[in-house]
Amino acid sequence: MTVLLALGCGILFGAGLAISGMIDPQKILAFLDVGGIPSGTWDPTLGVVFASALVPMFIAYAAQQRMARPALGVQFEIPARRDIDARLIGGAAIFGSGWGLAGLCPGPALAALPAAGSQLPALIVFIAAMLAGIWLSTKLNRAPALEPASS
Amino acid sequence: MQNFTPIGGLVGGLMLGTAAALFLLLAGRISGISGILEGALRFPLNWRHAYLVGLPLGALLVLVLAPRVVAAPVLPASWALLAISGLLVGFGARLGGGCTSGHGVCGIPRLSPRSIVATCVFMAVAAVVVFLTRHVMSLGDA
Repeated sequence: MTVLLALGCGILFGAGLAISGMIDPQKILAFLDVGGIPSGTWDPTLGVVFASALVPMFIAYAAQQRMARPALGVQFEIPARRDIDARLIGGAAIFGSGWGLAGLCPGPALAALPAAGSQLPALIVFIAAMLAGIWLSTKLNRAPALEPASS
Repeated sequence: MQNFTPIGGLVGGLMLGTAAALFLLLAGRISGISGILEGALRFPLNWRHAYLVGLPLGALLVLVLAPRVVAAPVLPASWALLAISGLLVGFGARLGGGCTSGHGVCGIPRLSPRSIVATCVFMAVAAVVVFLTRHVMSLGDA
């Protein structure tokens, strides 16, 4: 059942990414390019996408408070951590630097696949490198040498 | 703001937000794509693989049913830049526990301090990188 739900939600998420324009790295870069505000080339679309995506999510979390378990699942699996540590900041900074370089992040990179056309090999280079980065990060995270001395 | 597409942004944003909301309320899970990708590196096949297949399938449906609403992606020309960028995106997303979907779309509406901080950090760093490449080093036109 979770498999069917995941497929359905993945399809809706991917369709949303395509309609929103977020599968085009140029739209992402044009939003991040605050230097384009004075010259009029700034594109606020990403901000609109983000704000409208938050609306169903706010409603969902309000509903979730009253539910003992998910409608078709066993239990809610929601991150509980609230601490701000160096990994969070460093990871977000590394992620942001890569995102700013090419204008691609994990969801849009995958959703862009059917629209990539002749740029498909270039997109696959990005996705392969991204998977390698994920693998490497998981690998290093398990290594004790990277654990902060305090923990 | 000649390239601003607010209608597509609104409709698409509501759709992907609804997808994440449904997955939360029905399956109890967070739609964090980098986290799902990490889980999908381990087999056997599970719901994560189905979710990841769904993403391009959804975009394909839109392409087939309404090709005019989809702006064709334009990637940077340099494969080296794409490879470096991909490594940083994947590595950073897992180190920081999430990306635009997990921290941004799913973490902020639950007012998670970690997600709010992470989103502010990656937005700010990305904006700085774009500023440097476009306005200081003039590399960003690729």
